[in-house]
Amino acid sequence: MSRRVTLSLGIEGATRDVTVVIPDDEPTPWQWGDRFEIVGRPTPRVDGPVKATGVARYSYDVDLPGMLYGAILRSPHPHARVRRLDLSAASRLAGVRAAISMGVREVRFAGQEVAALAAVSSDIAADALKLIDVDYEPLAFVADMDLAASDSAPRVFEGRLNVGKSSSSGTGDTEHALASAAVVHEATYTTAVQTHVSLETHGAVARWDGDSLTVWCSTQAIFGVRDDLAVYFNLPPEKVRVICEYLGGGFGSKLGSGPEIVIASRLAKAAGAPVKLMLSRDCEHIATGNRPNSEQKVRLGADRDGTLTAIDLVERGSGGIGGGSGSAGPFRSIYRCPNIRTQETNVFINAGPSAPMRAPGWPQGCFALELAMDELARKLKIDRLELRRRNNVHPVRAVEFELGARAFGWAGKSAAKKLNGPIRRGIGVAGSGWPGTGISGPEALAIARRDGRVEVRIGTQDIGTGTRTIIAMVAAEELGIPLEQVVCEIGDTRYPFSVPSGGSLTVPSTAPAVRQAASHLKEKLFRIAAPLLGAEPGDLETRGGVIRVRFDSSRALKFADVCRRIPGDSISAQGERVMNYEGFYNQQGGCQFAEVEVDVETGIVRVLKVVAVHDAGRIIDPLTARNQINGGVLMGVGYALFEARRMDPQTGLMVNPTMDDYKLVGPLDVPEIEVMFVEVANGYNNTGSIGLGEAANVATAAAIACAVHDAIGVPVRSLPMTPDRVLAALGEA
Amino acid sequence: MSSDRRKPTRPPAITRRSFLKRAVATGAGAVAATLAHLPAGEAAGNELAEGIAEHLGPGAVAIDLRINGELRRIAVEPRVTLLRALREHLGLTGTKLVCDRGACGACTVHLDGRPVTSCMMLAVDARGHEITTIEGLGSPARMHPVQSAFVEADALQCGFCTPGLVMSVAAAISRNPSASPDEIRRAVAGNICRCGAYPHVFDAALKLVRGGRKQGIA
Repeated sequence: MSRRVTLSLGIEGATRDVTVVIPDDEPTPWQWGDRFEIVGRPTPRVDGPVKATGVARYSYDVDLPGMLYGAILRSPHPHARVRRLDLSAASRLAGVRAAISMGVREVRFAGQEVAALAAVSSDIAADALKLIDVDYEPLAFVADMDLAASDSAPRVFEGRLNVGKSSSSGTGDTEHALASAAVVHEATYTTAVQTHVSLETHGAVARWDGDSLTVWCSTQAIFGVRDDLAVYFNLPPEKVRVICEYLGGGFGSKLGSGPEIVIASRLAKAAGAPVKLMLSRDCEHIATGNRPNSEQKVRLGADRDGTLTAIDLVERGSGGIGGGSGSAGPFRSIYRCPNIRTQETNVFINAGPSAPMRAPGWPQGCFALELAMDELARKLKIDRLELRRRNNVHPVRAVEFELGARAFGWAGKSAAKKLNGPIRRGIGVAGSGWPGTGISGPEALAIARRDGRVEVRIGTQDIGTGTRTIIAMVAAEELGIPLEQVVCEIGDTRYPFSVPSGGSLTVPSTAPAVRQAASHLKEKLFRIAAPLLGAEPGDLETRGGVIRVRFDSSRALKFADVCRRIPGDSISAQGERVMNYEGFYNQQGGCQFAEVEVDVETGIVRVLKVVAVHDAGRIIDPLTARNQINGGVLMGVGYALFEARRMDPQTGLMVNPTMDDYKLVGPLDVPEIEVMFVEVANGYNNTGSIGLGEAANVATAAAIACAVHDAIGVPVRSLPMTPDRVLAALGEA
Repeated sequence: MSSDRRKPTRPPAITRRSFLKRAVATGAGAVAATLAHLPAGEAAGNELAEGIAEHLGPGAVAIDLRINGELRRIAVEPRVTLLRALREHLGLTGTKLVCDRGACGACTVHLDGRPVTSCMMLAVDARGHEITTIEGLGSPARMHPVQSAFVEADALQCGFCTPGLVMSVAAAISRNPSASPDEIRRAVAGNICRCGAYPHVFDAALKLVRGGRKQGIA
């Protein structure tokens, strides 16, 4: 059965009433005017103490009795046929307990898994790898996208072109619009391959008990891994248990079941003992995924007044031996334009496969689109922020541009003098965005115990965003009890199903299921309390740890005292995440402002300040949310200035698979960051929340590139903007 | 790993010859990092005529390490790093391996109160020193002030770099209880946090420094 509810949705001062149809047992969605005791207050994460003391147990920390250490032999060749593979010498080494072949006939990137073994210590495993005898027949390879696209290039996959089929999408007629536009800007932009560099590498600990498999693994999707392992080993899913209590970063690279999880499970089976297999840092760079590079040919057309009339993108990028390149998202979403055409093409090369990475495609696309917008604004002689305001499509982003400009001091900084010896200062702004409002699927279980504590179980995982805390806050809010009374159990496929933690899905998909479970539990507790208070269950409310009659607050019982009346040990209630209903806006907006200093003698760029203005529906915990925005900004600073996978086209090897040669943002590179949130009552689910992780990372590199353009007067159209590129751009000016 | 009944071994004197031998065996970077944290007298004096202080390995040797105030005996091959000894032989898994080459600070522990990257030091070289790991600093029920400050300021996300960052900040603040923001930044300059929690780490450290100044304690 369902009911109709009219909600007040939108942003402050601009709300509208939306009537939604929701299931009968779905709590009334939060809307404007609702008051909260816990939600919306800056709250330190509930698992902070175990993380700050080193007690939190990551997959990498799991230590089982009799556990062996696994290691993987990888191809040293970027492309080769495996003629023969002999494990016998390695198997004979004292301490080696199992050795297996991957059974590959042809390897297509340097670092591809060829064989694996397990031994009593990690040193012996490393020694034994050297005893595996492989006879390779090296084949012609190509490790550079431009070379791979030529007709004479060696094929990555036999019988298949390296250049894949293009995917196109469009509205209107861009060619006609460009031909008749008052002003046209056309340029090519490129971005480098970025690797995820999760600090906890990929890996797993696997243990068999008879025909049941338990795997502790560093994953963003415990249920996905469970299902993949069940298929691989031909087991019913309930025979596979996947646990991920704590996760040392993922950023999209841990959404699938990587080979190392299957290998650990196979080794454990072969050895008859638990096996731990965590990748080394170089393998993490080479084989576990990356953000594809891009080459983006952009054409923009506009009227004299700055109204966009055409947006045209022709993109190609390489996901190594995988697909997944593309950058069209921002071109199709951020600005209003009657004529938009995008074309994306993936090119295979002999390098490790790509994986989704924090807003796949969007930081690349946002960089090219927004730097092109700056160049267009220069031709139009229109203020760059004004050009964006005029064409912006998102009502929340419109507010964010204003708020950000004021906080950043856009007008003042635009007019300020920018010279100081070789140092030039510049400012930039870029629009952000990310589609999606969460999905249905998750279920949650809420259990009240006789001592008054409530346990919430849901099979999600915390990638570091504070999932446990968000869940506990939502449950505590709904039940009207202090946060300390809620215990949150996640990261185990024995708990109710949840979706992968990626694509900003976690909060808007899990929190509504948790809220519904808590609401159902509340109803059960009200049924216990009602006769004690001489009232009907429907007349009760719970707040501040007290259950009371709504119209007579003198008739009240402590929440814990009601729990003491639970007849058994506990009572529990299930909740589900229902399908999205109507809401305010099905995308996030967001924008970021950046100020930089460029030394025109050395080419070194320093980011001084970033103002990040974002929305995510209802912000449950502003403290962890701000932390996440800071992180997105800093990953964007790295993408703008430092990060690049360097492949040697002569050898087909990655030459910087370390954490010093692959340069990440360190503490000394951190600019001043100001984070601002615009609260949106967004609907779609009972909490009105949206995820935050992707939009935080989309616009930073773009805003920095625009600021560099402003500082030195010429665009640097390639990421990362390393000193040599900055100097080259200056030299061409 | 198994215990050994032999009497506790003493740390060998470092000599020019053993220094060079080890430099060849472990790579100069490792030795430089190790030496940088040794007391000056130990590195300079005690030179023996023939140079070689002791032969270790290649098999496992029994060594005694003083960790978090406790003397622990383990049997490790001389090639085992202090980090791996802590994690794989002593069950102290709070200290993390991330880059395995001293580039990220995740494995930071205190050696005689000073921060060192335990992936760049051999376990046998840690003999005779006071080693403090994240577990020795505090527990969830009794957190060290730096740990509490990290929690309150939400100076962490995935948490994998956190033990190393906590150790770096704790060392900096015990060295200078009223450290400036710039000193704090430099103290954590070698710690990489991929989630980008640095701004909150600075918040945590600065609150501590200010609080310490007010109360007159570190």
